[in-house]
Amino acid sequence: MDAVTVTDLVVHRGARPVLHEVGCSVPSGQVTGLLGPSGSGKSTLLRALVGAQRIRSGTVTVLGHPAGSAALRSRVGYVTQAPSVYGDLTVRENARHFAALYGRGAAAADAAIADVGLAEAAGQLVGDLSGGQRGRASLACALVGEPELLVLDEPTVGLDPVLRVELWSRFHALAAAGTTLVVSSHVMDEAGRCDRLLLLRDGRLLSDSTPAELRARTGTDDLEQAFLSLVRATEEATA
Amino acid sequence: MTTAVSPRLTSATAGRVLRQLRHDHRTVAMLLVLPSALLGLLYLLWADVPTAPGQPDTFDRVGLTMLGVFPFVVMFLVTSIAMLRERTSGTLERLLTTPLSRLDLLLGYGLAFGLAAAAQAVVTVTIATTVYDLDVTGSLSLVVLIAVVDAALGVALGLLASAFARSEFQAVQLMPVVVLPQFFLCGLLVPRDQLAGWLQAVSDVLPLSYAVAALQEVGASPEATGTMWVDVGVVAGATLLALGLAAATLRRRTS
Repeated sequence: MDAVTVTDLVVHRGARPVLHEVGCSVPSGQVTGLLGPSGSGKSTLLRALVGAQRIRSGTVTVLGHPAGSAALRSRVGYVTQAPSVYGDLTVRENARHFAALYGRGAAAADAAIADVGLAEAAGQLVGDLSGGQRGRASLACALVGEPELLVLDEPTVGLDPVLRVELWSRFHALAAAGTTLVVSSHVMDEAGRCDRLLLLRDGRLLSDSTPAELRARTGTDDLEQAFLSLVRATEEATA
Repeated sequence: MTTAVSPRLTSATAGRVLRQLRHDHRTVAMLLVLPSALLGLLYLLWADVPTAPGQPDTFDRVGLTMLGVFPFVVMFLVTSIAMLRERTSGTLERLLTTPLSRLDLLLGYGLAFGLAAAAQAVVTVTIATTVYDLDVTGSLSLVVLIAVVDAALGVALGLLASAFARSEFQAVQLMPVVVLPQFFLCGLLVPRDQLAGWLQAVSDVLPLSYAVAALQEVGASPEATGTMWVDVGVVAGATLLALGLAAATLRRRTS
Protein backbone atom coordinates (compact mmCIF):
# COMPACT_ATOMS: atom_id res chain seq x y z
CA MET A 1 0.00 0.00 0.00
CA ASP A 2 1.48 3.32 -1.08
CA ALA A 3 1.00 6.41 1.05
CA VAL A 4 1.95 8.75 -1.77
CA THR A 5 1.66 8.38 -5.54
CA VAL A 6 3.12 11.01 -7.84
CA THR A 7 2.37 10.81 -11.57
CA ASP A 8 3.90 12.91 -14.34
CA LEU A 9 4.44 15.86 -12.01
CA VAL A 10 5.60 19.00 -13.80
CA VAL A 11 6.41 22.15 -11.83
CA HIS A 12 7.63 25.44 -13.25
CA ARG A 13 8.91 28.39 -11.27
CA GLY A 14 8.39 31.37 -13.48
CA ALA A 15 9.51 30.21 -16.91
CA ARG A 16 12.03 27.78 -15.46
CA PRO A 17 11.05 24.11 -15.21
CA VAL A 18 11.91 22.69 -11.78
CA LEU A 19 10.40 19.21 -12.00
CA HIS A 20 10.13 17.27 -15.27
CA GLU A 21 7.40 14.61 -15.33
CA VAL A 22 8.40 13.09 -12.02
CA GLY A 23 6.64 9.87 -11.07
CA CYS A 24 7.25 7.92 -7.90
CA SER A 25 5.51 6.24 -5.03
CA VAL A 26 6.16 6.19 -1.32
CA PRO A 27 5.31 2.98 0.58
CA SER A 28 3.45 3.24 3.88
CA GLY A 29 5.24 2.73 7.16
CA GLN A 30 8.72 3.20 5.74
CA VAL A 31 11.39 5.88 5.67
CA THR A 32 11.79 7.08 2.09
CA GLY A 33 14.82 9.25 1.43
CA LEU A 34 14.72 11.96 -1.21
CA LEU A 35 18.30 12.60 -2.17
CA GLY A 36 19.98 14.85 -4.63
CA PRO A 37 22.25 17.84 -4.84
CA SER A 38 21.14 21.26 -3.74
CA GLY A 39 18.88 22.80 -6.39
CA SER A 40 17.72 19.44 -7.77
CA GLY A 41 14.08 20.11 -6.89
CA LYS A 42 13.81 18.18 -3.60
CA SER A 43 12.05 20.95 -1.67
CA THR A 44 9.71 21.59 -4.58
CA LEU A 45 8.70 17.92 -4.68
CA LEU A 46 8.12 17.91 -0.91
CA ARG A 47 6.05 21.09 -1.15
CA ALA A 48 3.95 19.39 -3.82
CA LEU A 49 3.31 16.49 -1.39
CA VAL A 50 1.90 18.83 1.27
CA GLY A 51 -0.07 20.89 -1.25
CA ALA A 52 1.95 24.09 -0.86
CA GLN A 53 3.36 24.02 -4.39
CA ARG A 54 1.48 25.28 -7.41
CA ILE A 55 1.87 22.56 -10.05
CA ARG A 56 1.66 22.79 -13.83
CA SER A 57 0.48 19.26 -14.56
CA GLY A 58 0.41 15.76 -13.15
CA THR A 59 -1.18 14.36 -10.03
CA VAL A 60 -0.09 13.92 -6.44
CA THR A 61 -2.20 11.57 -4.35
CA VAL A 62 -1.58 11.41 -0.61
CA LEU A 63 -3.32 8.84 1.62
CA GLY A 64 -5.98 8.45 -1.05
CA HIS A 65 -6.72 12.16 -1.47
CA PRO A 66 -5.36 14.85 -3.79
CA ALA A 67 -2.36 16.51 -2.06
CA GLY A 68 -3.35 19.53 0.00
CA SER A 69 -7.00 18.48 0.51
CA ALA A 70 -8.66 19.71 3.67
CA ALA A 71 -9.09 16.07 4.79
CA LEU A 72 -5.29 15.66 4.84
CA ARG A 73 -4.41 18.64 6.99
CA SER A 74 -4.58 16.79 10.29
CA ARG A 75 -2.94 13.67 8.80
CA VAL A 76 0.18 15.17 7.18
CA GLY A 77 3.01 16.88 9.06
CA TYR A 78 5.48 19.13 7.26
CA VAL A 79 8.80 20.52 8.41
CA THR A 80 10.28 23.12 6.09
CA GLN A 81 13.99 23.38 5.44
CA ALA A 82 14.39 26.66 7.33
CA PRO A 83 12.95 26.15 10.82
CA SER A 84 9.46 27.63 10.68
CA VAL A 85 8.71 28.22 14.33
CA TYR A 86 8.16 31.43 16.24
CA GLY A 87 11.46 32.81 17.49
CA ASP A 88 9.70 35.01 20.03
CA LEU A 89 7.99 32.07 21.74
CA THR A 90 9.53 29.37 23.91
CA VAL A 91 9.93 25.82 22.60
CA ARG A 92 7.04 24.74 24.81
CA GLU A 93 4.76 27.57 23.62
CA ASN A 94 5.52 26.72 20.00
CA ALA A 95 4.80 23.02 20.52
CA ARG A 96 1.60 23.77 22.42
CA HIS A 97 0.41 26.10 19.70
CA PHE A 98 0.84 23.48 16.99
CA ALA A 99 -0.63 20.86 19.35
CA ALA A 100 -3.73 23.06 19.67
CA LEU A 101 -4.00 23.36 15.87
CA TYR A 102 -3.97 19.55 15.60
CA GLY A 103 -6.46 19.23 18.46
CA ARG A 104 -3.91 17.80 20.90
CA GLY A 105 -3.17 18.83 24.46
CA ALA A 106 -0.20 20.04 26.46
CA ALA A 107 0.91 16.44 27.25
CA ALA A 108 1.35 15.70 23.53
CA ALA A 109 3.40 18.89 23.19
CA ASP A 110 5.69 17.92 26.07
CA ALA A 111 6.11 14.42 24.65
CA ALA A 112 7.09 15.80 21.23
CA ILE A 113 9.65 18.12 22.84
CA ALA A 114 11.14 15.19 24.75
CA ASP A 115 11.21 13.13 21.53
CA VAL A 116 13.52 15.62 19.83
CA GLY A 117 15.70 15.90 22.94
CA LEU A 118 14.75 19.47 23.82
CA ALA A 119 13.12 18.81 27.21
CA GLU A 120 15.77 20.83 29.00
CA ALA A 121 15.40 23.79 26.64
CA ALA A 122 11.58 23.74 26.67
CA GLY A 123 11.38 27.05 28.54
CA GLN A 124 13.84 28.88 26.29
CA LEU A 125 12.88 31.25 23.51
CA VAL A 126 13.40 29.57 20.13
CA GLY A 127 15.23 32.70 18.95
CA ASP A 128 17.90 32.11 21.63
CA LEU A 129 18.58 28.51 20.55
CA SER A 130 21.33 27.21 18.28
CA GLY A 131 20.47 26.46 14.65
CA GLY A 132 20.31 22.73 15.27
CA GLN A 133 18.06 23.14 18.29
CA ARG A 134 15.78 25.43 16.33
CA GLY A 135 15.44 22.76 13.64
CA ARG A 136 14.51 20.22 16.29
CA ALA A 137 11.94 22.60 17.77
CA SER A 138 10.45 22.86 14.29
CA LEU A 139 10.40 19.04 14.06
CA ALA A 140 8.66 18.78 17.44
CA CYS A 141 5.88 21.03 16.11
CA ALA A 142 5.18 18.47 13.37
CA LEU A 143 5.55 15.37 15.57
CA VAL A 144 3.02 16.81 17.99
CA GLY A 145 0.17 16.15 15.55
CA GLU A 146 1.13 12.43 15.28
CA PRO A 147 0.66 12.61 11.51
CA GLU A 148 0.31 9.51 9.32
CA LEU A 149 2.67 11.06 6.80
CA LEU A 150 5.63 13.12 7.93
CA VAL A 151 7.38 15.22 5.29
CA LEU A 152 10.78 16.45 6.46
CA ASP A 153 12.93 18.79 4.39
CA GLU A 154 16.60 18.32 5.39
CA PRO A 155 15.86 17.77 9.08
CA THR A 156 19.43 16.82 10.03
CA VAL A 157 21.28 19.80 8.56
CA GLY A 158 23.57 21.41 11.12
CA LEU A 159 23.20 18.62 13.67
CA ASP A 160 26.14 16.94 15.31
CA PRO A 161 26.67 13.24 14.46
CA VAL A 162 25.29 11.98 17.76
CA LEU A 163 22.01 13.86 17.33
CA ARG A 164 21.77 12.79 13.71
CA VAL A 165 21.98 9.14 14.71
CA GLU A 166 19.39 9.72 17.43
CA LEU A 167 17.00 11.42 15.03
CA TRP A 168 17.36 8.67 12.45
CA SER A 169 16.55 6.02 15.04
CA ARG A 170 13.58 8.19 16.04
CA PHE A 171 12.44 8.19 12.37
CA HIS A 172 12.70 4.40 12.20
CA ALA A 173 10.79 4.04 15.46
CA LEU A 174 8.02 6.20 14.00
CA ALA A 175 8.00 4.11 10.83
CA ALA A 176 7.83 0.92 12.87
CA ALA A 177 4.76 2.37 14.58
CA GLY A 178 3.12 2.88 11.18
CA THR A 179 4.09 6.45 10.23
CA THR A 180 5.23 7.07 6.67
CA LEU A 181 8.23 9.38 6.42
CA VAL A 182 9.67 11.23 3.46
CA VAL A 183 13.02 12.75 4.39
CA SER A 184 15.13 14.85 2.06
CA SER A 185 18.87 15.17 2.37
CA HIS A 186 21.79 16.19 0.24
CA VAL A 187 24.19 14.09 2.28
CA MET A 188 24.62 10.72 0.65
CA ASP A 189 25.79 9.02 3.84
CA GLU A 190 22.22 9.35 5.08
CA ALA A 191 20.93 7.42 2.07
CA GLY A 192 21.93 4.12 3.62
CA ARG A 193 19.62 4.80 6.55
CA CYS A 194 16.53 4.90 4.35
CA ASP A 195 14.26 1.97 3.53
CA ARG A 196 13.75 3.36 0.07
CA LEU A 197 15.59 5.95 -2.01
CA LEU A 198 14.46 8.50 -4.54
CA LEU A 199 17.36 10.12 -6.36
CA LEU A 200 16.64 13.47 -7.93
CA ARG A 201 18.89 15.50 -10.19
CA ASP A 202 18.03 18.61 -12.20
CA GLY A 203 14.34 17.99 -11.61
CA ARG A 204 14.43 14.45 -12.97
CA LEU A 205 14.07 11.24 -11.00
CA LEU A 206 17.18 9.12 -11.58
CA SER A 207 16.21 6.20 -9.42
CA ASP A 208 13.40 4.85 -7.24
CA SER A 209 14.66 1.79 -5.42
CA THR A 210 15.91 0.35 -2.13
CA PRO A 211 19.54 1.07 -1.19
CA ALA A 212 20.32 -2.64 -1.76
CA GLU A 213 18.83 -2.56 -5.28
CA LEU A 214 20.79 0.57 -6.05
CA ARG A 215 24.04 -1.01 -4.87
CA ALA A 216 23.38 -4.12 -6.92
CA ARG A 217 22.44 -2.17 -10.02
CA THR A 218 25.53 0.02 -9.98
CA GLY A 219 27.91 -2.63 -8.65
CA THR A 220 29.20 -0.52 -5.78
CA ASP A 221 28.67 -0.53 -2.03
CA ASP A 222 29.21 3.20 -1.74
CA LEU A 223 25.91 5.01 -2.35
CA GLU A 224 27.73 8.21 -3.27
CA GLN A 225 29.55 6.31 -6.04
CA ALA A 226 26.28 4.65 -7.02
CA PHE A 227 24.67 8.06 -7.41
CA LEU A 228 27.58 9.32 -9.51
CA SER A 229 27.50 6.31 -11.81
CA LEU A 230 23.76 6.79 -12.28
CA VAL A 231 24.38 10.43 -13.20
CA ARG A 232 27.05 9.39 -15.72
CA ALA A 233 24.83 6.71 -17.19
CA THR A 234 21.98 9.19 -17.71
CA GLU A 235 24.34 11.74 -19.24
CA GLU A 236 25.71 9.16 -21.68
CA ALA A 237 22.18 8.07 -22.55
CA THR A 238 21.13 11.63 -23.36
CA ALA A 239 24.39 12.58 -25.08
CA MET B 1 -9.91 25.58 0.57
CA THR B 2 -11.51 25.70 3.96
CA THR B 3 -12.86 29.04 5.02
CA ALA B 4 -14.94 27.69 7.91
CA VAL B 5 -14.21 29.41 11.19
CA SER B 6 -13.38 27.27 14.20
CA PRO B 7 -13.66 29.16 17.52
CA ARG B 8 -11.12 26.76 19.03
CA LEU B 9 -8.49 27.39 16.34
CA THR B 10 -9.21 31.13 16.24
CA SER B 11 -8.67 31.46 19.98
CA ALA B 12 -5.55 29.25 19.81
CA THR B 13 -4.16 31.72 17.27
CA ALA B 14 -5.16 34.75 19.34
CA GLY B 15 -3.54 33.18 22.41
CA ARG B 16 -0.35 32.55 20.47
CA VAL B 17 -0.18 36.13 19.15
CA LEU B 18 -0.75 37.51 22.65
CA ARG B 19 1.98 35.23 24.05
CA GLN B 20 4.37 36.55 21.39
CA LEU B 21 3.42 40.07 22.45
CA ARG B 22 3.93 39.23 26.13
CA HIS B 23 7.53 38.21 25.49
CA ASP B 24 8.19 41.62 23.94
CA HIS B 25 8.01 43.90 26.96
CA ARG B 26 9.12 47.00 25.15
CA THR B 27 6.38 46.68 22.53
CA VAL B 28 3.77 46.20 25.25
CA ALA B 29 5.04 49.29 27.08
CA MET B 30 5.00 51.35 23.88
CA LEU B 31 1.50 50.13 22.99
CA LEU B 32 0.18 51.19 26.37
CA VAL B 33 2.07 54.42 26.95
CA LEU B 34 2.86 56.04 23.59
CA PRO B 35 -0.64 57.27 22.67
CA SER B 36 -1.03 58.88 26.10
CA ALA B 37 2.37 60.54 25.82
CA LEU B 38 1.62 61.92 22.34
CA LEU B 39 -1.77 63.12 23.50
CA GLY B 40 0.02 64.93 26.33
CA LEU B 41 2.15 66.73 23.77
CA LEU B 42 -0.99 67.83 21.93
CA TYR B 43 -2.48 68.99 25.24
CA LEU B 44 0.58 71.15 25.94
CA LEU B 45 0.48 72.50 22.37
CA TRP B 46 -2.86 74.23 22.93
CA ALA B 47 -2.63 74.75 26.70
CA ASP B 48 -1.78 78.46 26.41
CA VAL B 49 -3.75 79.25 23.25
CA PRO B 50 -6.93 81.16 24.16
CA THR B 51 -10.17 79.68 22.86
CA ALA B 52 -12.48 82.07 20.98
CA PRO B 53 -15.76 82.57 22.89
CA GLY B 54 -18.50 80.21 21.73
CA GLN B 55 -15.97 77.93 20.01
CA PRO B 56 -15.27 74.42 21.27
CA ASP B 57 -11.87 73.91 22.85
CA THR B 58 -9.35 72.91 20.17
CA PHE B 59 -7.71 70.19 22.29
CA ASP B 60 -11.12 68.64 23.03
CA ARG B 61 -11.81 68.37 19.30
CA VAL B 62 -8.32 67.22 18.21
CA GLY B 63 -7.68 65.03 21.24
CA LEU B 64 -10.94 63.16 20.82
CA THR B 65 -10.20 62.53 17.13
CA MET B 66 -6.73 61.27 17.99
CA LEU B 67 -8.24 58.72 20.38
CA GLY B 68 -9.56 57.06 17.23
CA VAL B 69 -6.53 57.69 15.03
CA PHE B 70 -3.84 56.30 17.38
CA PRO B 71 -5.21 52.75 17.69
CA PHE B 72 -5.80 52.67 13.92
CA VAL B 73 -2.23 53.69 13.08
CA VAL B 74 -0.50 51.61 15.76
CA MET B 75 -2.43 48.42 15.03
CA PHE B 76 -1.96 48.85 11.28
CA LEU B 77 1.80 49.01 11.75
CA VAL B 78 2.08 46.20 14.28
CA THR B 79 -0.13 43.86 12.28
CA SER B 80 1.38 44.50 8.88
CA ILE B 81 4.84 43.69 10.26
CA ALA B 82 3.62 40.66 12.24
CA MET B 83 1.87 39.20 9.19
CA LEU B 84 4.80 39.97 6.93
CA ARG B 85 6.96 37.95 9.33
CA GLU B 86 4.54 35.02 9.08
CA ARG B 87 4.81 35.22 5.32
CA THR B 88 8.60 35.47 5.12
CA SER B 89 9.56 33.10 7.97
CA GLY B 90 7.76 30.09 6.52
CA THR B 91 5.35 29.85 9.44
CA LEU B 92 2.45 30.94 7.23
CA GLU B 93 3.15 28.18 4.69
CA ARG B 94 3.32 25.72 7.55
CA LEU B 95 0.15 26.98 9.27
CA LEU B 96 -1.75 26.58 6.00
CA THR B 97 -0.81 22.87 5.88
CA THR B 98 -2.48 22.39 9.30
CA PRO B 99 -6.24 22.26 9.98
CA LEU B 100 -6.17 26.04 10.64
CA SER B 101 -8.34 27.93 8.14
CA ARG B 102 -7.33 31.26 6.67
CA LEU B 103 -10.14 33.04 8.46
CA ASP B 104 -9.17 31.41 11.77
CA LEU B 105 -5.73 32.91 11.34
CA LEU B 106 -6.96 36.39 10.42
CA LEU B 107 -9.66 36.51 13.08
CA GLY B 108 -7.13 35.25 15.63
CA TYR B 109 -4.92 38.21 14.80
CA GLY B 110 -7.91 40.55 14.95
CA LEU B 111 -8.95 39.19 18.33
CA ALA B 112 -5.45 39.40 19.84
CA PHE B 113 -4.69 42.91 18.66
CA GLY B 114 -8.29 43.97 19.37
CA LEU B 115 -7.73 43.00 23.02
CA ALA B 116 -4.41 44.85 23.04
CA ALA B 117 -6.21 47.87 21.57
CA ALA B 118 -8.88 47.70 24.26
CA ALA B 119 -6.20 47.84 26.98
CA GLN B 120 -4.51 50.70 25.13
CA ALA B 121 -7.80 52.60 24.76
CA VAL B 122 -8.68 52.24 28.45
CA VAL B 123 -5.28 53.65 29.44
CA THR B 124 -5.39 56.49 26.89
CA VAL B 125 -8.98 57.52 27.59
CA THR B 126 -8.40 57.44 31.35
CA ILE B 127 -5.28 59.61 31.12
CA ALA B 128 -6.87 61.97 28.57
CA THR B 129 -9.94 62.67 30.71
CA THR B 130 -8.17 62.89 34.08
CA VAL B 131 -4.68 64.31 33.43
CA TYR B 132 -5.43 66.33 30.28
CA ASP B 133 -9.04 67.33 31.18
CA LEU B 134 -10.36 66.17 27.81
CA ASP B 135 -14.09 66.99 27.74
CA VAL B 136 -16.33 64.34 26.25
CA THR B 137 -20.10 64.95 26.42
CA GLY B 138 -21.02 61.31 25.74
CA SER B 139 -20.05 58.06 27.39
CA LEU B 140 -16.35 57.19 27.74
CA SER B 141 -17.13 53.51 27.20
CA LEU B 142 -18.40 54.46 23.73
CA VAL B 143 -15.07 56.19 23.07
CA VAL B 144 -13.27 52.97 24.06
CA LEU B 145 -15.62 50.94 21.86
CA ILE B 146 -14.95 53.16 18.84
CA ALA B 147 -11.20 53.04 19.53
CA VAL B 148 -11.35 49.22 19.50
CA VAL B 149 -13.33 49.17 16.25
CA ASP B 150 -10.75 51.57 14.76
CA ALA B 151 -7.99 49.27 15.94
CA ALA B 152 -9.76 46.33 14.30
CA LEU B 153 -9.86 48.33 11.07
CA GLY B 154 -6.12 48.96 11.41
CA VAL B 155 -5.53 45.23 11.99
CA ALA B 156 -7.60 44.23 8.96
CA LEU B 157 -5.92 46.76 6.66
CA GLY B 158 -2.51 45.76 8.06
CA LEU B 159 -3.18 42.09 7.31
CA LEU B 160 -4.19 43.06 3.79
CA ALA B 161 -1.26 45.46 3.27
CA SER B 162 1.28 42.78 4.27
CA ALA B 163 0.43 41.02 1.00
CA PHE B 164 1.83 43.98 -0.93
CA ALA B 165 5.17 44.15 0.86
CA ARG B 166 8.12 41.84 0.36
CA SER B 167 10.24 43.33 3.13
CA GLU B 168 9.80 45.18 6.39
CA PHE B 169 11.20 48.30 4.68
CA GLN B 170 8.31 48.17 2.23
CA ALA B 171 5.77 47.34 4.92
CA VAL B 172 6.53 50.39 7.07
CA GLN B 173 6.28 52.62 4.01
CA LEU B 174 2.78 51.37 3.36
CA MET B 175 1.76 53.00 6.63
CA PRO B 176 1.82 56.58 5.28
CA VAL B 177 0.21 55.36 2.04
CA VAL B 178 -2.76 53.85 3.85
CA VAL B 179 -2.96 56.14 6.87
CA LEU B 180 -2.06 59.70 5.86
CA PRO B 181 -4.65 60.26 3.09
CA GLN B 182 -7.34 58.96 5.45
CA PHE B 183 -6.06 61.25 8.20
CA PHE B 184 -5.90 64.33 5.92
CA LEU B 185 -9.45 63.77 4.67
CA CYS B 186 -11.12 62.56 7.88
CA GLY B 187 -12.48 65.99 8.79
CA LEU B 188 -9.99 66.93 11.50
CA LEU B 189 -7.83 69.34 9.45
CA VAL B 190 -10.69 70.74 7.36
CA PRO B 191 -14.35 69.99 8.16
CA ARG B 192 -15.61 67.48 5.60
CA ASP B 193 -18.45 69.73 4.39
CA GLN B 194 -15.88 72.41 3.44
CA LEU B 195 -13.87 70.03 1.23
CA ALA B 196 -14.00 70.34 -2.57
CA GLY B 197 -16.71 68.08 -3.97
CA TRP B 198 -14.42 65.41 -5.35
CA LEU B 199 -12.30 65.35 -2.18
CA GLN B 200 -15.49 64.94 -0.17
CA ALA B 201 -16.39 61.99 -2.39
CA VAL B 202 -12.97 60.44 -1.68
CA SER B 203 -13.43 61.12 2.02
CA ASP B 204 -16.83 59.41 1.83
CA VAL B 205 -15.26 56.10 0.84
CA LEU B 206 -12.46 56.19 3.41
CA PRO B 207 -13.40 54.31 6.60
CA LEU B 208 -11.44 56.57 8.99
CA SER B 209 -13.84 59.43 8.11
CA TYR B 210 -16.67 57.44 9.71
CA ALA B 211 -14.58 56.56 12.76
CA VAL B 212 -13.85 60.25 13.34
CA ALA B 213 -17.49 61.20 12.71
CA ALA B 214 -18.59 58.62 15.30
CA LEU B 215 -16.18 60.09 17.86
CA GLN B 216 -17.44 63.60 17.12
CA GLU B 217 -20.99 62.37 17.79
CA VAL B 218 -19.90 61.01 21.17
CA GLY B 219 -18.10 64.27 21.87
CA ALA B 220 -21.24 66.31 21.17
CA SER B 221 -24.18 64.21 22.43
CA PRO B 222 -24.75 62.84 25.94
CA GLU B 223 -26.54 59.77 24.53
CA ALA B 224 -25.46 57.39 21.76
CA THR B 225 -27.00 58.66 18.52
CA GLY B 226 -28.27 56.69 15.54
CA THR B 227 -25.75 58.50 13.36
CA MET B 228 -22.97 57.25 15.61
CA TRP B 229 -24.13 53.62 15.34
CA VAL B 230 -24.34 53.93 11.56
CA ASP B 231 -20.79 55.33 11.49
CA VAL B 232 -19.52 52.53 13.74
CA GLY B 233 -21.32 50.03 11.50
CA VAL B 234 -19.57 51.43 8.42
CA VAL B 235 -16.16 51.06 10.08
CA ALA B 236 -17.00 47.51 11.17
CA GLY B 237 -18.20 46.70 7.64
CA ALA B 238 -14.99 48.08 6.12
CA THR B 239 -13.05 45.93 8.60
CA LEU B 240 -14.86 42.76 7.50
CA LEU B 241 -14.35 43.67 3.85
CA ALA B 242 -10.61 44.15 4.41
CA LEU B 243 -10.42 40.83 6.28
CA GLY B 244 -12.16 39.09 3.38
CA LEU B 245 -9.71 40.63 0.91
CA ALA B 246 -6.80 39.69 3.18
CA ALA B 247 -8.06 36.08 3.24
CA ALA B 248 -7.97 36.08 -0.55
CA THR B 249 -4.28 37.07 -0.47
CA LEU B 250 -3.39 34.03 1.67
CA ARG B 251 -2.59 31.33 -0.84
CA ARG B 252 -2.04 27.77 0.24
CA ARG B 253 -0.31 27.04 -3.04
CA THR B 254 2.49 29.32 -4.15
CA SER B 255 4.99 29.03 -6.96
